[in-house]
Amino acid sequence: MNRTAKTKALGALALTAVLGLTACGGDISSASPASGSAANCGTFNLAVNPWVGYEADAYVVGTLAKEKLGCTVNYKTLKEEVAWQGFGSGEVDAVIENWGHPDLTEKYITQQKTAVDAGLTGNTGVIGWFVPPWMAKQYPDITDSKNLNKYADLFKTSESGGQGQLLDGDPSFVTNDEALVKNLGLNFKVVYAGSEPALIQAFRQAEQNHTPLIGYFYDPQWFMAEVPLVKVNLPAYTDGCDADAAKVACDYPKYDLNKIASTKFANSGSPAYQLVKKFSWTNQDQNTVAGYIARDGMTPEAAAKKWIDANPDKAAAWLK
Amino acid sequence: MSTMATDCDRVDTAAIPPGGARERASEPATRPPTGGPRAFTRRHWRSLVGAAVVAAWLVLWALLRGTQTLELGGAEKTDVHVWFNGLRDGFDAARANSAFFEYVVQPITNGLNGTVAFLQHLASQPSVGRPVPEVGWLGVVVLLAWLTFTFAGVRLMLLVAACVLLFGFFGYWQQSIDTLIVTFVAVLVCVLLGLPLGILTARNARVAAVVTPVLDLMQTLPSFAYLAPLALVFGIGPAAAIVTTVIYSLPPLVRITEHGIRNVSPVTLEAVASMGGTAWQTLAKVELPMARRTIVVGVNQCTMAALSMATIATLINGPGLGGPVLQALQSLDVGSAFVSGLAIVLMAIMLDRTTTAASERSGIEARVQRGTGPAGLRGARGRRAAVVIGAVLTAVAVYLSRTYLALAKFPPSPDLGTPLAKAVSAATAWAVGTLSGFTGWLKDAVTAVLVNPLESLLAQSPWWVMALVLLGVALALGRWRTALVTLACEAVILGTGLWNESMKTLATTLVATLLVVVAAVAVGVLMGRSRLVDSIVRPVLDAFQTIPPFVYLVPALALFGPTRFTAIAAALAYGVPIATKLVADGIRGVSPVAVEASESMGTTTWQMVSKVQLPMARAAVVLAANQGLLYVLAMVVVGGLVGGGGLGYLVVSGFSQGQLFGKGLAAGIAITALGIMLDRIAQHAAARFGSA
Repeated sequence: MNRTAKTKALGALALTAVLGLTACGGDISSASPASGSAANCGTFNLAVNPWVGYEADAYVVGTLAKEKLGCTVNYKTLKEEVAWQGFGSGEVDAVIENWGHPDLTEKYITQQKTAVDAGLTGNTGVIGWFVPPWMAKQYPDITDSKNLNKYADLFKTSESGGQGQLLDGDPSFVTNDEALVKNLGLNFKVVYAGSEPALIQAFRQAEQNHTPLIGYFYDPQWFMAEVPLVKVNLPAYTDGCDADAAKVACDYPKYDLNKIASTKFANSGSPAYQLVKKFSWTNQDQNTVAGYIARDGMTPEAAAKKWIDANPDKAAAWLK
Repeated sequence: MSTMATDCDRVDTAAIPPGGARERASEPATRPPTGGPRAFTRRHWRSLVGAAVVAAWLVLWALLRGTQTLELGGAEKTDVHVWFNGLRDGFDAARANSAFFEYVVQPITNGLNGTVAFLQHLASQPSVGRPVPEVGWLGVVVLLAWLTFTFAGVRLMLLVAACVLLFGFFGYWQQSIDTLIVTFVAVLVCVLLGLPLGILTARNARVAAVVTPVLDLMQTLPSFAYLAPLALVFGIGPAAAIVTTVIYSLPPLVRITEHGIRNVSPVTLEAVASMGGTAWQTLAKVELPMARRTIVVGVNQCTMAALSMATIATLINGPGLGGPVLQALQSLDVGSAFVSGLAIVLMAIMLDRTTTAASERSGIEARVQRGTGPAGLRGARGRRAAVVIGAVLTAVAVYLSRTYLALAKFPPSPDLGTPLAKAVSAATAWAVGTLSGFTGWLKDAVTAVLVNPLESLLAQSPWWVMALVLLGVALALGRWRTALVTLACEAVILGTGLWNESMKTLATTLVATLLVVVAAVAVGVLMGRSRLVDSIVRPVLDAFQTIPPFVYLVPALALFGPTRFTAIAAALAYGVPIATKLVADGIRGVSPVAVEASESMGTTTWQMVSKVQLPMARAAVVLAANQGLLYVLAMVVVGGLVGGGGLGYLVVSGFSQGQLFGKGLAAGIAITALGIMLDRIAQHAAARFGSA
């Protein structure tokens, strides 16, 4: 008996407390969700490929779409391959930084017609072999691939079995490095670091401790702002010199990075598609935002906002 | 083995001194009493086969090194790989207009996505027309605390409340609740599928024969290998993430349920049958209640496995804590990766303790209801009142958190995450700076002494030599059936076209397993002999078993660079805990009589460990080696991310590059074949040498 009475008393007390509190302000019904002016945007599914430079692009475009166009932006963290798969099913509307990928282009744009090219991002992608800056300074002629054999001994590691080590990295990128080493007659062995973090960490320590390292890398990349790696020149790229992957003996081509959108999204009349299409900026812009994220530890949203606030004219041009 | 056998004999003589000693004295060193070379051969044919195999292998390796190794270049593909690619493309093309997709896959996908979205709007993400979820953080915390109190008691309620609040203070409130939701739905699906399947396999040998190898495959095929096609089938998002999780976490539940049902006493079953119970009655009234404790253990293991998939599922946009882990990895932010990984560890501890306690309590309650329990009626009534009060409080908290923004959105301060992340980053930087000289030396030494020679021996031998050697090992350690399994697995590996890469992976796996056993014995003996050491080390081991490996990849890279040794180090971090625990339990299980007896004879600590405790705990050490091996193998793919090369790298690149999908899948299959082969050989070896 006693217990039930206590329960009731407690309940009553709690209820009074609730009623008392309701009288105060700050409840949720008065804080309405952010409402955009252009309500016709709807949802915008933006793929986020897992590298920081891409995040910079995606969150700048996404933030503008959300705040200026009133879109509901869904960021979807996906590898390139999976992101392209999502065009057909409507799960992905846009990929905002695409590095070539002729096989995916062929399959999804030409054959399935589920995706369209949405123009260039303005960024130029450079792929190639790089050495840490201290090496370029100490051995100035190392940046010519003809001299690499002279330095092969420097690059020996526990993994390279007596030859020089050429550190390949991110499994997402197509490399011809095994063929290149063979066809250029280099006394090197390709060793797979296995992931971008592994590659960056290796270069970071090579510069810090002044240990020799040569490896596959690319720009734009936030790490370039921290350690400006120096490119090693392979025989210059000419059209078609990489046509036969087994015989390739020339440098990688420059990539003009572009944007890909799903066909459905392109035809939907969404203002977000116009934004994606018009979006274009420089390598330096991207590295700035990527640096905010990777070096300064800002959230991608905050980094994007900071850049947009500092560059209102560029942003305005994409929204026209 | 021969030294071990004599050690064992010595223990026996120590335990029973007079008779044994006399027997041994009268029967000197040459043990086989009925001498002669033929008897020797019969007795030791296994060792002879082993020695002959090794000798022939070394000779052939020296002669034929580097020929017929079946090496395949990085971008080269075989017909099988191309065929897998075609299969995937066919899948992709069929999905738009296939009845199967429309009427089977689509409803499953929508159902899973709908359930997750419903729960998310309820508790973690802004609901329609609201800037916040239907129930805010206060409501969620109180609700979870109340549920824990009801099912598991006061102490765990405090644990759960503390953990859930920490998720918020770390700055990962929404991601943590998302992970909780995904894990909950995945475990629910597992229970719905796994319980009936477990019961069926326990009762029907034919079903068991089909199901068991499928479970093997589900547990050993790396999820990286089928992640992309799963996203193709179930779409990008929660549904595919849940299916991935279910594939990995269903097997333990089915296996443990099967085990539980099988172990219901046959006497009881006979009694029920004699009383005329129907099959259904037997199941519902006898078998399931009697196996309940075991089944809850199965659910517990299933939950842990589901949680370990949290990071992987993020790669196909599964919601949850994996997101911040991977995000931090991209910018090499060790601190943030650690904090989000710590949230996963806390969640594992919380769920583990709660499910365990709930199972124990439900046992007590069943006894209380029958009136045989110690607590009596007063305790039960008091608890019921507390539960009711809790329900009212929960309702109030839910209402409040629906109404006030401050109680709905987790407050940004106190922020424990940022300072913790900074501290961890600083500590890591310091440790790397201090240790990197030593670790570099260690890496070079182990690589030169163990990894390189073994890899050369395994991967540079012609393929047919290696195939015969493995068969010979299987015969020497196991039975003819082990050899048959080995043969089948070899055929599969050859079929994948990745023989050379498989042998490289085998080499690093064997080195890692060796190091796991050495470390496990060293630490396990200390833990087994001292309660204090045990209580200090065990939580560390627990943490390493549950923290996502992605968290410690960056420090490992900083210490060892992208090398095969880094892959081995990552495998050690994952494999040592389980093996150490097994060794510690084995040492503790050594009969105290034997220990006292040898103590009374004045043995030193070293003699005690090496001559008494370790030999007597031999079964545990062998089991630890077997489990260590499997855990090491589970890390092959993660090893591929940090320079391990071999099959692991191929699986990763297959996930990352469309053209290499088939090759990656083939590499996954090769890992599975390697795993099954090693497991069977180790199991039979364990059965033979562990029980001696």
